[in-house]
Amino acid sequence: MQFMLLFSRQGKLRLQKWYVPLSDSQKKKISREVIQMVLARKPKMCSFLEWRDQKIVYKRYASLYFCCAVEDQENELITLEIIHRYVELLDKYFGSVCELDIIFNFEKAYYILDEFILGGEAQETSKKIVLKAIEQADMLQEVRNTHIACLFVLVYEVTIGSFPSC
Amino acid sequence: MSDVVEKTLTALPALFDSQTGAAKITNRLRQLIKSITELTSKHEEENLIKQELSAMKEQVSSPNTTMKQMREIMVRAMYCEMLGYDASFTYIHAIKLAQQGGVLEKRVGYLAVSLFLNEGHELLLLLVNTVLKDLQSTNLIEACMALTVVAQVFPKDMIPAVLPLVEDKLSHPKEIIRRKAVLALYKFYLIAPNQVQHIHAKFRKALCDKDPGVMTSSLHIYLQLIRVNSYKDLTGSFVTILKQVVGGKLPLDFNYHSVPAPWLQIQLLRILSLLGKEDQSTSELMYEVLDESLRRAEMNHNITYAILYECVKAVYTIHPKAELLEKAARCIGNFVLSPKINLKYLGLKALTYVVQHDAKLALQHQMTIIECLDHSDFTIKRETLELLFRITNAQNVTVIIEKMLDFLCYVPIKTLTFAPDNSWFIQTMNDVFSIGGDLLQQDVPNNFLRLLAEGKPEEDDQLRLYAVDSYLTVLKGHTSHLPQCFLQVMSWVLGEYAHLQESVDQREVIQFLTQLLDQRSVSSETRVWILSALTKISEGQTDLILDLAESLSSSQDTVLRQQAQELRHLSQDSQLHEWALPRGAPWDSIEVAGLIVFPYYDKLFLLNINSGYLLTFSRYSNFFRCTCICLYINFVYHFSSSTLILEGVKRVWGKDGYLPQKEATAPLVDEPSAAVQPPGQHEAAERIESRPEPSTQNQDKQQLASSLFVGLGVGSSMSLVRKLYYDGFTVSLRGNVVDCLEARSTSVCHYALLMDDPHTNVSFTGTVSYQTQPGHTNTLPFSGTLSTADFIRPLVVTTEEYGKLWLSLSHDVKQNLKLLTDAGDPLRTTLNALKDALQLHVVDIIGSEGIVACRLLSGAPCLLHCRVNGTALAMWLRSPHPALPDCILYHCQRALTHH
Repeated sequence: MQFMLLFSRQGKLRLQKWYVPLSDSQKKKISREVIQMVLARKPKMCSFLEWRDQKIVYKRYASLYFCCAVEDQENELITLEIIHRYVELLDKYFGSVCELDIIFNFEKAYYILDEFILGGEAQETSKKIVLKAIEQADMLQEVRNTHIACLFVLVYEVTIGSFPSC
Repeated sequence: MSDVVEKTLTALPALFDSQTGAAKITNRLRQLIKSITELTSKHEEENLIKQELSAMKEQVSSPNTTMKQMREIMVRAMYCEMLGYDASFTYIHAIKLAQQGGVLEKRVGYLAVSLFLNEGHELLLLLVNTVLKDLQSTNLIEACMALTVVAQVFPKDMIPAVLPLVEDKLSHPKEIIRRKAVLALYKFYLIAPNQVQHIHAKFRKALCDKDPGVMTSSLHIYLQLIRVNSYKDLTGSFVTILKQVVGGKLPLDFNYHSVPAPWLQIQLLRILSLLGKEDQSTSELMYEVLDESLRRAEMNHNITYAILYECVKAVYTIHPKAELLEKAARCIGNFVLSPKINLKYLGLKALTYVVQHDAKLALQHQMTIIECLDHSDFTIKRETLELLFRITNAQNVTVIIEKMLDFLCYVPIKTLTFAPDNSWFIQTMNDVFSIGGDLLQQDVPNNFLRLLAEGKPEEDDQLRLYAVDSYLTVLKGHTSHLPQCFLQVMSWVLGEYAHLQESVDQREVIQFLTQLLDQRSVSSETRVWILSALTKISEGQTDLILDLAESLSSSQDTVLRQQAQELRHLSQDSQLHEWALPRGAPWDSIEVAGLIVFPYYDKLFLLNINSGYLLTFSRYSNFFRCTCICLYINFVYHFSSSTLILEGVKRVWGKDGYLPQKEATAPLVDEPSAAVQPPGQHEAAERIESRPEPSTQNQDKQQLASSLFVGLGVGSSMSLVRKLYYDGFTVSLRGNVVDCLEARSTSVCHYALLMDDPHTNVSFTGTVSYQTQPGHTNTLPFSGTLSTADFIRPLVVTTEEYGKLWLSLSHDVKQNLKLLTDAGDPLRTTLNALKDALQLHVVDIIGSEGIVACRLLSGAPCLLHCRVNGTALAMWLRSPHPALPDCILYHCQRALTHH
């Protein structure tokens, strides 16, 4: 995998992970280009796009687009399932995840991604094991302020809505 | 229940108070995110982030900032970077955080480092010691973090420093550490394969690891290794692993939607297909397990299709076995025929792969392939073309190439925005033109020329220069094989832009073009283009041109002869040349008493508002034939006079619509249409809108009436209200181009306007957009007023028909009008006056009663019943349209008053 981008329907970047070394300006250019291309796709079209010599595989969950760039020979369907598994992981971790969870806790989303994909390859595909690793690291964290987080999510969930159940 | 809520609520403040660093940390970020979402403009966001960043800058350099605060700053810095702002001043602090902080800070620090820096960044060197320390840490989490960062960003030169430690981790008791170590080594292998050569044996150990996660990770390395070395001896192991996985021997944790470890399966299938490629004995080892995989993957879920796809690829890659091939072919069929578009795509991809081995397979899916060829999804279309490309043979080559060219026609202009540079674009377009040639749709050269013409002078001169240079090179070589459309494009570009290239002698360009003219393969249409180009650059080169013009003046082709004449005149008279073909100068528009003359692209437009005529003159205009109009335009253009009176422009809108005899343009239309300009170029330029604008006086009256009579009778007040509504809001005219006559030098567009909803007066406005200089679109508004009277046409009916129609009409209005009493027969005089003024048809006059009929142009009829009532004329109007009687009544009143 070359990179993974999460962005909103409005084209706002929510998460970016690059597995190939690129300069900042290249990253910016590419993400702008890819976001534009993906947002221009109509709903009934397929989830794959030819882009340069690579493939863009994307899927929309509620208001958020998950998008990966893979090599041309890569199996697009399995990439689609990688995305899905990542969403499942987020969903399990946050408890019916929505875009706001990812906005406000983007560093957590990164931790989960790093535990799932390392150096562009799937590292651990078992949901249980990935989440266990995250939880162990989280245990060190001081008491998490879940109450406030809950209130926050409640307020916004009304407007944005959570992902369809995974 | 309420108790619980109450307790929770009372506990809340305490909770807030008890929050230590963590809560504050998240709150800061939340505050930032919230305030960003509340902003409305990009500018505000920039300002806010700028403030935020400068505050952060201050904080990070302050010695009092604690590690906790630093952690919070880092998270915000990551957020700012994600939004696209530069927070590079925090990079060094990210490294410090990873170095000095506790576990929590390290976590954030390492994450920030992996997001901020890439492999080549020099700051990473500062991280090496931290990583070394953490790799040796007894704390599992610290070791994990160090391995994660190593597997993501690590400077190539520093690999030897950490390699022994990472290697040691391969035998760590914890599987998570082993797994991460394997992936770190995989990463090392990718960036520096030589560094890890000595530990290949340890990879084998990882492959046999009891933890499936570690084993799966090691497959990444093997997939790479197998591409360079043969690991045939491992085939047995891989087959066994796959058998176990497919047989469901792995813990249930590894299931994904009830499919056992699909990622592992796919990885193994890939490895097997590489191993079995062109190797019969190795392939034989895996037939069984492949068969098993094909059989097992039955469930209707994406993940099983992903596995099936990989299976099919493997079956077709390894040494073939008929039975497996048959099964795989059936699988592909399922993919291709699937209604799910993602599967269809993958099916096409599989088919593309497979037809290289067995072209017949594509035959079964002919119809699907044809359907996919016209699919609205670009991705599907492209994959289908790829497939077609693979099955091209002597029989189908023409059709396939045609399809590809169709696609090609679509691609170049579309993708221009992505063109890396000018020379690439011109070169690509050259290829398209020379390969695609005359099969290309006319749009392609048109759009290409438009792109060249519309650019800004300074910016796009570069592109034009490239084009000129490249075409001169092309013309130096053999030109006889070049398609006509390419020649046309070249001559247009050279004619327009050859002067930009100062290093090239214009005489040379003229010579090239003249040579082209002499070629037999050049069609007469192309010759016209070439001559036009020559006309543009002929200035001052009289000697060359005169010879040419001389030789052409005896040509059999009248158009060429004509152009040769023009050429000769223009090349001799530089002032006239300047007039007719101003080089590069923007052509300003001039509005003259209802007449707008403006240039667009390569044409002059003459828009006569009064007549509704839009005349178009090509820049290649045929000067000497249609002297009158052309000179007129030149006159207008040259003197920029604003006091010109329109003489010689004929009235073209008569009472019956536009007059059929087009005196002004007839001679032009009669010319052989050589279609110098591809039709359709100017059509996009016009847009006519109509907007009803009742005379204010009338509107006031109606408003008054509606307020006076409101509630008196439902019917009448309704109709008044409706009328106001009509006048105020709806668009009541519609128009469309009824015909466009194009000749060599003119095109005339007629707009037919129809009135759907009658109004006393309707004004129409429109705009014509055109370009005077590349990149600048100018818009000229024009407007005019039409009344219902313009749309009234006589309705010829007999008295019987009138009677029948009368009964069927629902809306009626009665009013007394002034009777013209100055003649012997007042009724007849009055009706005749109305007939003259409004084109009514007088059906019959019996005694003191007269019946009259009319209708709207292609619209509703209106019948008038008139009776002499003393000194007044009692008029009774009926129509199927609610507003029409009122309008006609109004116009009758006016006609009689003005009489």
